[in-house]
Amino acid sequence: MCGIVGLFLKDKALEPKLGEMLTAMLITMTDRGPDSAGIAIYGAETKGRAKMTVQSDTPETAFAGLDKALTKVIGGTVKMTVKSTHAVLDIPEGTAPAVRAALDGIDASIRVMSRGSSLEIYKEVGLPKDVAERFGIAKMSGTHGIGHTRMATESAVTTMGAHPYNTGDDQCLVHNGSLSNHNNLRRTLRREGILIETENDTEVGAAYITWQMQNGATLGEALTSSLDDLDGFFTFVVGTKDGLGVVRDPIACKPAVMAETDQYVAFGSEYRALVNLPGIENARVWEPEPATVYFWNHDTSPTSSEKAA
Amino acid sequence: MQTIDLTETGLRETNKMLHAQAANTNQTVWTIENAKGAHAIACGLDAPIEVTVKGSTGYYCGGMNQQATINIHGSAGPGTGENIMSGKIVIEGDASQYLGATGHGGLIVVKGNASSRCGISMKGVNIVVQGNIGHMSAFMGQSGNLVVCGDAGDALGDSCYEARFFVRGKVKSLGADCEKKEMRPEHIAILTELLAEAGFDAKPEEFTRYGSARKLYNFDVDNAAAY
Repeated sequence: MCGIVGLFLKDKALEPKLGEMLTAMLITMTDRGPDSAGIAIYGAETKGRAKMTVQSDTPETAFAGLDKALTKVIGGTVKMTVKSTHAVLDIPEGTAPAVRAALDGIDASIRVMSRGSSLEIYKEVGLPKDVAERFGIAKMSGTHGIGHTRMATESAVTTMGAHPYNTGDDQCLVHNGSLSNHNNLRRTLRREGILIETENDTEVGAAYITWQMQNGATLGEALTSSLDDLDGFFTFVVGTKDGLGVVRDPIACKPAVMAETDQYVAFGSEYRALVNLPGIENARVWEPEPATVYFWNHDTSPTSSEKAA
Repeated sequence: MQTIDLTETGLRETNKMLHAQAANTNQTVWTIENAKGAHAIACGLDAPIEVTVKGSTGYYCGGMNQQATINIHGSAGPGTGENIMSGKIVIEGDASQYLGATGHGGLIVVKGNASSRCGISMKGVNIVVQGNIGHMSAFMGQSGNLVVCGDAGDALGDSCYEARFFVRGKVKSLGADCEKKEMRPEHIAILTELLAEAGFDAKPEEFTRYGSARKLYNFDVDNAAAY
């Protein structure tokens, strides 16, 4: 199973409530997977700065003095906000690779959850309500976000097996389904120099998209080629700095419902996830077509929805 | 008329009340409010009652239905009317995947579109859709009629047995062993009756009939090497 949700706001007035709305949607999907949960939020960005969200199973020791240590290594100010097992590092723009390398030197048990200018990813083992509460997701504001609650099939129930997966700067992905050619594809991608840290199928899907985009594909092109190269079942929801994308495999067994109003575009594995959104009674509600890439972003006119490919 | 607020009463209690209705019940008209996409609403009914569900429903609404009429004032989630035996389900909005799967009898009417795998493994149910249906519909359909006033998606009637498919619009592709058939007077008669029962104003002559080419379901010695 697995439950996935996504919310893209068109109405700025709703932005302070993004975390609250997304958390409520994800909690409704708890029945679809009790193993782990995660949420990606696109919040405010600061000019000249970037963010890296990191995780540790022993945050008290791992995060103690981490900001000072990183500042020293990379030679620019690093600020840190600790939230439970995660810490958001506020770093100078363009230093993400240096920070990542420095982290390996300082404490190899620190894992990178996300990097980008506006993206923060929080994920842990546990139910959506507990994970959301632990990180105070409901109080977060932002422009758009995606969430996932997992029923594990292909790999261990761990933080690293939880979604969303960061696929590149300000990019992330959640997945409902299971990929059957992930072992072969993992070998191929590792040979290409792509970092894949776990035995999880979705991480391979995320890495595939990263690799495609490193080779010049747009997100729409990468999602379209995933239809040919990924074998198995998938409904993917992807987040980018500007927007939200959705793609389902050609068989489309994995459920997907979308709703659109003048205020938002929302995605849920089931309609239940959407029932408490404002104005849902009059929303356009539909199921995304199989083998079709959909994308919404802030750059185009606010009411338009288009197929990215 | 009996009215139940699903959020207050809860699903199990609601279904228990509906299950308690016998053939001679006086409480023949029920309304369920605040469906909010809940699963398994009005499943397993077996009495000549009419249940109206206000709002969209989740998985398996009206599953295993016998005798009852269920009206869904919204859209219906996956597996609506699964294994329906008799009675009627009317969906005002759209229907999600595998509508009426394995249904043995009764009638399902969709006023919007139905998604993929509509009528999969149908065994006698009649399904009438005013809009379009998705891919792999009526896969392994054995008996019954699937009427589509709009278009059908890929692989209609793949590996079907004796179910009949009537499509007014385009069929994106036919599944294995499914072929176009001649419309004879008896088919016009069946279609006329189904359209009338569904309340749809479409001309039976505008439909094309599809069904099994009957090549797959008998053993063919030429295929022996494939086993």
